[in-house]
Amino acid sequence: MSMKISTRQINGVTIVDCSGRITLGEGSVTLRDTVRELLSRSQKKILLNLGDVNYIDSSGIGELVSAFTTVRNQGGELKLLNLTKKVHDLLQITKLYTVFDVKEDETAAVKAFD
Amino acid sequence: MHRDGPLVQARGSAEVPGLQASHKIFAMTEQRVSYTMDSTLETVDSAEQAASRIAAEAGFDDEEVMKIAMAVREAAVNAVLHGNAYDPGKKVGLDFERTGHDLVITIRDQGKGLDPKKIPDPLAPENLLKTSGRGIFLIRSFMDEVHIHPSQAGTEIKLIKHVHGPAAGGKEASP
Repeated sequence: MSMKISTRQINGVTIVDCSGRITLGEGSVTLRDTVRELLSRSQKKILLNLGDVNYIDSSGIGELVSAFTTVRNQGGELKLLNLTKKVHDLLQITKLYTVFDVKEDETAAVKAFD
Repeated sequence: MHRDGPLVQARGSAEVPGLQASHKIFAMTEQRVSYTMDSTLETVDSAEQAASRIAAEAGFDDEEVMKIAMAVREAAVNAVLHGNAYDPGKKVGLDFERTGHDLVITIRDQGKGLDPKKIPDPLAPENLLKTSGRGIFLIRSFMDEVHIHPSQAGTEIKLIKHVHGPAAGGKEASP
């Protein structure tokens, strides 16, 4: 089961809807390419909707960290939305939950970029 | 019950979805399954799927199955990437053994040998934003015991999960 990504825009924020698995290989590469492409188009307010991501491994976690730091280093902001329990728990035990700005409501998350 | 007692011959085969028959050189008993696999990404997925199936058959609940499968996936990633470095001439060994009280999983590579003392703490503030280095930490988080044995011939990592509840005693889980 590979990862699927689609993007949409709300009030200048790019919402990246992810589904499937973010794991070593295709899933991580897909996420990396998407973030890279958004930054190349100067879309630097990125909300990663992980509501349909049912699995993530250490490579996927690394990819989230990479996306976060890459966007931040280019003056942008990346937030996470709708974590599943598995992803939530993994970010907790790796102490990354407080590093990321994690949101549960899309409307509030979009407003938080202002 | 003696842990090293004779193994009962299998009545079935040890099929793993996605694992080519040519990659499988051994056999299954009721208590032990061994695979020898190529150093590929496909091996990582196959190892995870095998772990998930065998852990479920051992009677672990869904949460524990997920943890065991993820630990095996991370160990397989280490073996394929960091140990064997995708070298087609090097193999990954994967053994599952059910004893009376444990599910014991062993993953071997033919790399330079991983020194666990040299693995940085991924929870240290200076390492939190690193993009790698969390695999062994996750393995330790998900398993009851983890033993890493590096040598010049490669690294062997043994993952142990204690069996609790009705599955103890090595009996088959209810269908």
